[in-house]
Amino acid sequence: MNNELLTYTLRIADNSLILGQRMSEWCSKGPTLEEDIALSNISLDLFGQANGFYSYASQLDGNKSPDDLAFLRNEREFFNQQIVELENIDFGNTIVRNFLYDSYNFLFYSSLKNSKDDTLSALASKSLKEVKYHLRHSKNWLIRLGDGTEFSKEKVQKSLESIWQYTHDMFSMDEIDNKMYRLNIGVNNSNLKVEWDRIINETLIEAKLVRPKDGYNAKGGKNGMHTEHLGFLLAEMQFLQRAYPNAKW
Amino acid sequence: MSENRTVWEVFIQSKNGLAHKHVGNVHAEDKIMALENARELYTRRNEGSCIWVVKSKDIISSESEDGEAFFDPSNDKMYRHPTFYTMPEGSKYI
Repeated sequence: MNNELLTYTLRIADNSLILGQRMSEWCSKGPTLEEDIALSNISLDLFGQANGFYSYASQLDGNKSPDDLAFLRNEREFFNQQIVELENIDFGNTIVRNFLYDSYNFLFYSSLKNSKDDTLSALASKSLKEVKYHLRHSKNWLIRLGDGTEFSKEKVQKSLESIWQYTHDMFSMDEIDNKMYRLNIGVNNSNLKVEWDRIINETLIEAKLVRPKDGYNAKGGKNGMHTEHLGFLLAEMQFLQRAYPNAKW
Repeated sequence: MSENRTVWEVFIQSKNGLAHKHVGNVHAEDKIMALENARELYTRRNEGSCIWVVKSKDIISSESEDGEAFFDPSNDKMYRHPTFYTMPEGSKYI
């Protein structure tokens, strides 16, 4: 049970860390000064959330520190969903990815808040406030870009088509998920789908975008199967600790 | 993007009941974005309980050459200042 809870906690932590690292890539490259700060703030929120979940995972593990968990694991040992490791590509693409994920993440934490596990529940309540804001940010931008110019609309519609395949895995349930859910510790991901669909459909209508058809279903992130993008992200993020073991600020 | 960007003045209320104070400005395309940008730039360190944003061009300012006519006449009107009262102990924000 402890092992499964550890994996479950790492999945949540890894989602936050990897998306946080992606968002940090926007620092100094944002389209405007204000947006640069907004994206960097979101990144810092996510790092903070990751830190909370890694601290708990470290306790459960009893051996590895939160830093070890973040900086000394390889690709196959990361359990984040593939959607968060996708490259930013451009601002519109980042907004589309974040909107699809933020909508899920908001529902996920709303549900995890009721976890029987006190630590997970407290971390979820704290994260939820931040994620509400992330969703507001990505949603408002998606509406502006979709209902903006012909050019911006075409770009975000394309991003939507290419990222859509990575959304299905958010709602999948494997053995660990099922067990955590049965123990009232974890979330029933498939139950989040109805509400997620509602948020997505309403927003896409307002943004004058077309919901892509379900097709190929990219999956496996939570079991350590990743896209080619994660390795590059980890190489950059982990470089310092790998090259100079135990280096401290 | 940049051609539609307007400048908005930002006012933050630090605590319920206090006046909103001018803290600076932000660029934004619309009022929702102005509010969000103000939140990002000016309330990162827990400064506020409420934000106002106002388009800079909607603010009417007095001109510096009107300064004499506007402000000098109050110089010698001591009785307009509540300096003849003693402050009750414990009263704040007066």
